[in-house]
Amino acid sequence: MSEKEIKNLEALFDQRIARDEKIEPKDWMPEKYRKTHIRQISQHAHSEIVGMLPEGNWITRAPSMRRKVALLAKVQDEAGHGLYLYSACETLGISRDELFEQLHTGKAKYSSIFNYPTITWADIGAIGWLVDGAAIINQVPLCSTSYGPYARAMIRVCKEESFHQRQGYEIMMTLAGGSPEQKELAQDALNRWWWPSLMMLGPTDAESVHTEQSMKWKLKRKTNDELRQQFIDQTVPQADLIGLRIPDPDLKWNEETNHYDFGAIDWDEFWQVVKGHGPCNTERLSARIQAWEEGEWVRDAAVAYADKKEDKKLKKAI
Amino acid sequence: MKKNWPLWEVFVRSKNGLEHRHFGSLHAADADMALENARDVYTRRSEGVSIWVVPSKHITASNPEHHGELFEPAQDKVYRHPTFYNLPDEVKHM
Ligand SMILES: [Fe+2]
Ligand SMILES: [Fe+2]
Repeated sequence: MSEKEIKNLEALFDQRIARDEKIEPKDWMPEKYRKTHIRQISQHAHSEIVGMLPEGNWITRAPSMRRKVALLAKVQDEAGHGLYLYSACETLGISRDELFEQLHTGKAKYSSIFNYPTITWADIGAIGWLVDGAAIINQVPLCSTSYGPYARAMIRVCKEESFHQRQGYEIMMTLAGGSPEQKELAQDALNRWWWPSLMMLGPTDAESVHTEQSMKWKLKRKTNDELRQQFIDQTVPQADLIGLRIPDPDLKWNEETNHYDFGAIDWDEFWQVVKGHGPCNTERLSARIQAWEEGEWVRDAAVAYADKKEDKKLKKAI
Repeated sequence: MKKNWPLWEVFVRSKNGLEHRHFGSLHAADADMALENARDVYTRRSEGVSIWVVPSKHITASNPEHHGELFEPAQDKVYRHPTFYNLPDEVKHM
């Protein structure tokens, strides 16, 4: 195809998206659209999968049967989210094995928030409330994104997320209403998860390289800073309600803007964790690699078994 | 050569009386495993009463580039729609 023809197709393509038409896997698409989507969808899938690790850490130690079944169901949902998203990503012409390869070699990223440790039970509450809460804010606008398979996956994901956040908040509420030690546990978890949760919504608009193109493709409908403000505005009253204190001395309601003003975010910390120097980067990645390598014989055995059954069927037919 | 688990398309009937609808896809070594995985991945909240799994490679899809030849001929056949026919308002039940 000549450069002019491609330009032409690109213009038509942009018009389709502007008209709110969806792009489906076999449709023509610019190479950059395909690559950007593979990057974002796979990063999203990897985050769901790696995100199971910090929470899985507490399944056997959940304080009651009620908490245990809820956490187990939540972690299972995250596995499901990863699978929906990997499938959506594969429709763009990349294989599941390549996707895993990119995760395991560090070529693909996952959300930095999962590189923080879960050291107390309250962390499970804080993750559900704050991390899933921030994820919902990120994900709801994606339900109407331009790439059909991604949008459909996000609709399923969003339907399932609401319980995640509610079970987390319920844990925090219960601890905050308990003994002084329990309340301290909840406050400590909020102190540690608050800032990473704000960072989870991405770099400030001034430093975000992808925003403009992503807006056009509806991979983004609001900027990172808008999403962050929305998260803060909705979360602060939730903390107030259960008597927990947001760990930000500069936080205060602004009558004029009708939003909360908040303190400076430590972006150095954010980039350190992104670059692999967070508290658990090595641990998370090695857990994934170990699971993949130690599962190899199971995957091979399943293929051998399937082949054998197929052979038997064929022999019977002859 | 290393053989990967093939891809399957999953169709779910959400309740009797409705058709099976495409829900997504997954990898599995064989049909039995595909059904079991589909149960876990796509029906964790009673979304279905029946599941079909089909190897993705057995699906033949129309090419979007042939959209014109395939679908445009239907666009100028307005006489296939009831509103094409002019009847007086007095005619009832039609
Ligand atoms: Fe999720
Ligand atoms: Fe979640």
